[in-house]
Amino acid sequence: MAIEEDMAAEPQPGALVKRHRISTRLWHWTNAIAIIVLLMSGLSIFNAHPRLYWGSYGANPDTPWLQISNEGNRGYLQIGETQITTTGVLGRWREPDGDISTRAFPHWATIPGYYSLAAGRLWHFFFAWIFVLSGLAYWAWSFGNRHIQRDLKPSRKELSPKHIWNDIASHARLRFPTGAAALKYNILQKLSYLIVLFVLLPLIVLTGLTMSPMMDTAWPWLLDLFGGRQSARSIHFIVAFLIVLFIVVHLAMVVLAGPFNEVRSMITGKFRLPKARGDARPLRPEFAEEQAQ
Amino acid sequence: MSKLITTRRKLIAGIGSSVLLAGCDSWSRSDRVKNILASAEGLTMRAQRLVTDRNALAREYTMADLSPSFRANGSRTADSVEGSEYQAMLANGFADFRLRVDGLVSRPLSLSLADLRAMPSRTQITRHDCVEGWSAIGQWKGTPLSRVLDLAGLRDNANYIVFHCADTLGRQNRPYYESIDLIDAFHPQTILAYDMNGAAVPERHGAPIRARVERQLGYKHAKFVMRLEAVASLDGIYGGKGGYWEDVGDYAWYAGI
Repeated sequence: MAIEEDMAAEPQPGALVKRHRISTRLWHWTNAIAIIVLLMSGLSIFNAHPRLYWGSYGANPDTPWLQISNEGNRGYLQIGETQITTTGVLGRWREPDGDISTRAFPHWATIPGYYSLAAGRLWHFFFAWIFVLSGLAYWAWSFGNRHIQRDLKPSRKELSPKHIWNDIASHARLRFPTGAAALKYNILQKLSYLIVLFVLLPLIVLTGLTMSPMMDTAWPWLLDLFGGRQSARSIHFIVAFLIVLFIVVHLAMVVLAGPFNEVRSMITGKFRLPKARGDARPLRPEFAEEQAQ
Repeated sequence: MSKLITTRRKLIAGIGSSVLLAGCDSWSRSDRVKNILASAEGLTMRAQRLVTDRNALAREYTMADLSPSFRANGSRTADSVEGSEYQAMLANGFADFRLRVDGLVSRPLSLSLADLRAMPSRTQITRHDCVEGWSAIGQWKGTPLSRVLDLAGLRDNANYIVFHCADTLGRQNRPYYESIDLIDAFHPQTILAYDMNGAAVPERHGAPIRARVERQLGYKHAKFVMRLEAVASLDGIYGGKGGYWEDVGDYAWYAGI
């Protein structure tokens, strides 16, 4: 099961090998569904009050730092003093039946696709439980089977600026690891997965809980940690946006690295080791050294 | 084989996205799906109460933290109250107002505003969190609900307190009402507020009495409260779901989040 065991057999390029554990695969898909429902139902909830504030309070008479609104025939996003016209997408858009809506996010971005704060909340809180419980189980499981310590924890060597720079350069040239090297996470993957797992996901749960008046009573430190309920709501939205950014880059990398093989490895666990390109020089020389040891 | 997998994957992706986008809409309208999704509400309530002391107080703020302008939402005024016009009562400073306390109580009460003001009071500066997402901080002074309930003598079989209100909402002019269980009813910060920011609660905020249920969202804080009814079950009350928005709009009865 452990990746190291597979590595010991020195699989050749072209071989179909074990790549992802069942714990990783199960959580990946459960979490993927939960996150998508949470993002889209979250936009439904946001549409009920498409304004964000800093501090403890914030309502229509107060000044938001971000708002999505409309004026005449124009929809716009305003951040601080800057207004960006977003007609057709945000603030003013056409519903499937042709009617004009002046809600913030459009029907195709929200669950449900019609405006219902109540339904958005039903979806959001049901999937929040799935998201939190499966996330905690994955944390426990992956510390337990040492997936995090072995596969995600960067080595000191990997954290050297030179190594990171090399990795950025390879990514920029779309040169992906081939052969057995493709079985290991590279440093950019490790860092982004660690940031998502241990920064973004906990942050979005805690800021979500800070919006709950009952949780603020149970854990008043939440309010101090995030600087008030409205600040927590703002951070919740920003972190959601960062998670969307992660998903976009993640999907782009899957497509570039070979979508069939990548998706298969996340479903069945099996991954076909990519063959080296004809002109490919070793992508990461230090990895070859590790192999030689 | 791999062709088969590709087809299957396309099928799954196709079904997946259409289920997500179109399916969620019909699902959102289906009672069965709504009931499954709403099952999280009970879990949330039990989990939140498990980690929260029964008498733990919602954060109280200082005068420096008050919202410069406290947004009014929901009904801004009320209609008629059992024959007496709300506007007439308002003009008269609610001299004729009587808060009725009945249902499963040993001593049904009829309290004037002066009676309530003569009882021990609690003043608190708290944050009002609307289900829509906004918050406003205000100072509230009123009679602890527990005092009124003790005076009336709750019967053993009483499980909920229903707030009957003078305002109506929606095209059908349905009366607003809300309900809480005894944990919230006897919470020290649950008060029948008659003052807001140092003056009588204004009309748009629910004069003469607005319930404060500080550990829950704004729609639980009933405005224009005219009558408290102690009941064993919410089944027979209006739509049976414990509140106006719960009946007409699928809002959760437990609004701690």
